Amino acid sequence: MDSDLRLELYRKMILIRRFEEKTNQMYQKGKITGFCHLYIGEEAVGVGAISAIRETDYVVTGYRDHGQAIAKGVDPKRVMAELFGKEAGVSKGKGGSMHMFDKEKRFMGGDAIVGGDLPLAVGIGFAIKYQKIDDIVLCFFGDGAANEGAFHESFNLASLWNLPVLFFCENNKYGMGTSIERASSIEDLAKRAACYNIEWQIIDGMDVVEVYEATRKTAGRVRSQKRPEMIEAKTYRFKGHSVADPEVYRTKEEVEQWKVRDPIDRLRNKLKGEGILTDEKIKQIDDEVESVCGEAIEFADKSPFPPASAVCEHVYAGKF
Amino acid sequence: MAQMRYREALRDAHAEEMRRDNRVFVMGEDIAVWGGSFRVTEGLLAEFGAERVIDTPISEEVIVGAGIGAAMAGLRPIVELMTINFSLLAMDQIINHAAKLYYMSGGQLPIPMVIRAPQGAGQQLGAQHSQNLEAHFVHTPGLKVVIPSTAADAKGLLKTSVRDDDPIIFIEHEILYGMKGDVPDDNDFTIPLGVADVKREGSDVTIVAYSRMVHTVLEAASQLEKEDGISVELVDPRTLKPFDIDTVTKSVEKTGRLVIVEEDCRTCGVGAEIAASVGERAFYSLDAPILRVAGADVPIPYSRHLEQSAIPQTQDVVHAVKRILAGKAP
Ligand SMILES: Cc1ncc(C[n+]2csc(CCOP(=O)(O)OP(=O)(O)O)c2C)c(N)n1
Ligand SMILES: [Mg+2]
Repeated sequence: MDSDLRLELYRKMILIRRFEEKTNQMYQKGKITGFCHLYIGEEAVGVGAISAIRETDYVVTGYRDHGQAIAKGVDPKRVMAELFGKEAGVSKGKGGSMHMFDKEKRFMGGDAIVGGDLPLAVGIGFAIKYQKIDDIVLCFFGDGAANEGAFHESFNLASLWNLPVLFFCENNKYGMGTSIERASSIEDLAKRAACYNIEWQIIDGMDVVEVYEATRKTAGRVRSQKRPEMIEAKTYRFKGHSVADPEVYRTKEEVEQWKVRDPIDRLRNKLKGEGILTDEKIKQIDDEVESVCGEAIEFADKSPFPPASAVCEHVYAGKF
Repeated sequence: MAQMRYREALRDAHAEEMRRDNRVFVMGEDIAVWGGSFRVTEGLLAEFGAERVIDTPISEEVIVGAGIGAAMAGLRPIVELMTINFSLLAMDQIINHAAKLYYMSGGQLPIPMVIRAPQGAGQQLGAQHSQNLEAHFVHTPGLKVVIPSTAADAKGLLKTSVRDDDPIIFIEHEILYGMKGDVPDDNDFTIPLGVADVKREGSDVTIVAYSRMVHTVLEAASQLEKEDGISVELVDPRTLKPFDIDTVTKSVEKTGRLVIVEEDCRTCGVGAEIAASVGERAFYSLDAPILRVAGADVPIPYSRHLEQSAIPQTQDVVHAVKRILAGKAP
């Protein structure tokens, strides 16, 4: 892979890592409230996959959505403003952490019902087919979501109707505090796709280049063959399930073992080894990212809250 | 005007709207080749082809979810659920998704979708196939609920619903499908949502009823007029959300008495909401306490007599009217 692209992937991962660290800080300061699920540790998945599809392709996802929104090109300022509950937020302060939407960027949300976005992906895939255009849908879901009935209904229908949906499972080994061993009859969830005549593969979700390449090739097939496929990326979240998580269900050693595979460190070392990244360049990227995040916080902080009258707006689109 | 059955009026509404707008399509279980369990979509496959008239697997959650996704990406789906009882398997998509996406996205994602489903007791189908579930949907902000009682209303309201930009639960009644009525031929015959229809004018008592109960009340009203000289005004709201409270209130101000008739079970039903709203607006116009005639709070039983006693009958309405006019407590 050419070095510019790898640098770009590196930059996006760092941006999301810093953004999430700041999000955590802002949460501790009480600027952000409610549920808040961080993407730290899993950046290679969202960045690798979303960078490998077209701007016009759709993304749907779950509630761990800040990083993926940013990877899809949503303005970090408006993501942070949404977290702050401000009117300038992507969802006008009505969605919050779990419900980032940006229709223009074809980022179709932020779903807080585990597995709830899979049927929506099928429908968007159907609309693409109906309109005879060649977009695809990238549908993220967790290992926990794979145990919902919606997973099975959606896989069956997408395959039966030949819909352009790339089902992307982020297997971070836990659904809240329940490990995959305790929740699923098989650990390689992608194997379930075979039951629905859907091609599948399992990849290293801690390697952004691998995620990018696998997604690029798969997305190409989904587009040209107009068939769903499934990718399962083995990954890990370094932080708790949400900002409030006592983490009694896993050991510190396990977390440390996975941190050795930190996708950002890995790519940084590789690029340094190849002479593509110098200490100077690293600092330059860090500074850039720092200022993007700083601006996002400043923007969010200075923006007004929605007026009280907004509470009754957007319940209905048509006449009521 | 043409005489046609409720089911035919619905079918014509589908066909006309599908001709008018090619973003409109219909999907559901056995709706294409079979023509629909209640034959509402009969003939549509032949005219519009399998790309727009689509049989689905028996997967209510993803049928509704796919409808929502298609609406998010620019289409205008009509989704048929074989009966409303099976909507319960799709409740997550209906309540957590369809009803909330426009709001949660800050107004970015309207969901112009119609979910059609028949409901109702009276055919001895047992408790899992005889429910009335309108109250569940009316209680969900973000949904609109339409519930026609005649062929003309069915057609005009379905056409409006397809053109509307919100998710609509369009509730039909299994026993009404074969009922005939006059329906305007005009291709652009539509009925606005939120406008009640006075199905019978009268002066002694107002009755609010919708769906099949409109016909039960009409029967009771003729009997009351003939036998007792009592004049009933019947208001059919036609849509439960939005709800035309003004027409109901005006009628109550005229008659001073209100009886609400609903097939659904009583507790926390739509009737309770109507009673509360009228109480808030027209309390001082009332000459007697508001009465409800409603289904019993039981799962609907199979055996004929049991089933009949679980849902309001003509005589129940007659008695309620006599009671309210006698000024007796319920
Ligand atoms: C239908 C539903 N059930 C339960 C929950 C509560 N819940 C929120 S996140 C979560 C775990 C989901 O795990 P997974 O799909 O693996 O995603 P991850 O958090 O690991 O990214 C649960 C049980 C929910 N939001 N929705
Ligand atoms: Mg997980």
